[in-house]
Amino acid sequence: MVVVELITGRTLDQGATVEEKLSEEYFKAVSYIELNEEDFKLLGLKEGDSVKVSTDFGEVVVFAKKGEVPRGVAFIPMGPYANMVIDPTTDGTGMPQFKGVKAKIEKTGERVKTVKELLEAI
Amino acid sequence: MEDVICTFCGSVCDDGEFDTEKKKVKKFCRLGSSKFAEKQRIKAPMIDGKEVSYETAIEKAAEILANAKKPLLYGWASTANEAIRVGVLLAEKLGGVYDQCASVCHAPGTLAVIEEGLPGATLGSIKNRADVVIFWGANPAEAHPRHGLRYSISAKGLLVKDRKQRKVVVVDVRPTKTAKMADMFVQIKPGYDYAIISALRAIISGNAEVVPSEVGGVAKEKLIELAEIMKKAKYGAILYGLGVTQSRGRDRNVENAIKLIQLLNRTTRWVIWPMRGHYNVVGAGEVPAWEVGYQYAIDFSRGYPRFSPAEFSAVEVLKRKDCDAALIVASDPVAHFPKIAVKHLKQIPVIQIDPYPNMTTLLAKVVIPSAVYGIEAEGTAYRMDCIPLRVKKIIETSYWTDEKILEEILKRVEKLKG
Repeated sequence: MVVVELITGRTLDQGATVEEKLSEEYFKAVSYIELNEEDFKLLGLKEGDSVKVSTDFGEVVVFAKKGEVPRGVAFIPMGPYANMVIDPTTDGTGMPQFKGVKAKIEKTGERVKTVKELLEAI
Repeated sequence: MEDVICTFCGSVCDDGEFDTEKKKVKKFCRLGSSKFAEKQRIKAPMIDGKEVSYETAIEKAAEILANAKKPLLYGWASTANEAIRVGVLLAEKLGGVYDQCASVCHAPGTLAVIEEGLPGATLGSIKNRADVVIFWGANPAEAHPRHGLRYSISAKGLLVKDRKQRKVVVVDVRPTKTAKMADMFVQIKPGYDYAIISALRAIISGNAEVVPSEVGGVAKEKLIELAEIMKKAKYGAILYGLGVTQSRGRDRNVENAIKLIQLLNRTTRWVIWPMRGHYNVVGAGEVPAWEVGYQYAIDFSRGYPRFSPAEFSAVEVLKRKDCDAALIVASDPVAHFPKIAVKHLKQIPVIQIDPYPNMTTLLAKVVIPSAVYGIEAEGTAYRMDCIPLRVKKIIETSYWTDEKILEEILKRVEKLKG
């Protein structure tokens, strides 16, 4: 297990598929986490393995990907997978904390849910 | 057709070419091209998944809304000002809550502007004059792909003629695609924007001695170098993104950045502006501001508008289970809200008005498909710098516009509520 600061944000793939949310392309664009190469190795991961992301606010299973993020930081594209685990506290602004949430990452044998299954599980 | 306007991101590019035979757009970026590509649509109005006429769906929507004690009316960033105007009237008539996508995007910046004002500029002004551009927590290479070319990185301006005459700095927590296009990349630790802005303010105001050797993962020497670049600029622009508004500090980060700009403006010229996301998210705030005085998180339940993001933003309303129906227009909160907010949406009747099926469609009781502004309907939208543009209709459709659907709902609600 590694502990990271989780950030979420836009990507080109997420944007290009955002009006096709029930498509396979959107699913691929938003259901992964980018980890630093060292964190990736530490967890014994191969590209495309499933990892469980857990925070104080929930957990979600996503695909693992090596990314250009600093060690101890992880990135999930904005969307339904990220929103399973972000901090909903708005501190009076209306804005949840979509960036900078402490998260535990571990390798798992669990399957990544489709967006429909994700909604059913809420 | 020439000079086609893109209704995807806040850049609202106005120089596209649409091939009416092939139904394809030229010149636009990948996001713009995806907007104009043919894709799956909501075929017909639906109640509980069964296809009905527009009139029947509208009747049902009006009945749900009129019978609700406090409905939430949310979305609006991807529709035209004309539709938003009717949405605000509807929220007022229903005694409901009006909130818009900025509340999970740039709204903390709105709070900062209430405190400090906004030393801003148009994109044209930045293109023509800015010799230093700082992208702070913003990644236009992925979120606004043509922004750099048209306005801010390699744009050819009147006074700043090309890329060589413009210094581009990126401040971010990771080396984004935009960072790779920059002259200087300042990599900071997540959540340290406020501290770094404070350090820059101290250095620029001549108090560098109070700054420790490292702030938020950045060496003092690098901060001094950045401060020098800022001081020497003839015309600088900070263009900030969600890295600033969605991290720890939120509105206070923006407020501190505006104070930094105010300080720089004692000796040179600087501006600051948010990189707004949806094509008309500015309109989703400006239209209610003309009509009732506030940009988002507006509650009409007492018969007059009250503004309080801590109470009336969509996420707070849903978390508190303080709405008993929801009208979602041009948005997909089920995909973009935290889990706890989605949980309440699953418990109440949801009406959705949108051209495309999305995650909100999966739980909506009433679904009403609409025409796409900028492709099938014309209307007015604000670009990210508050410049209003007339978006065009380029192909015919049988889908109703958001404006027409909302007007029909409003008529029926007025009858039901008296």
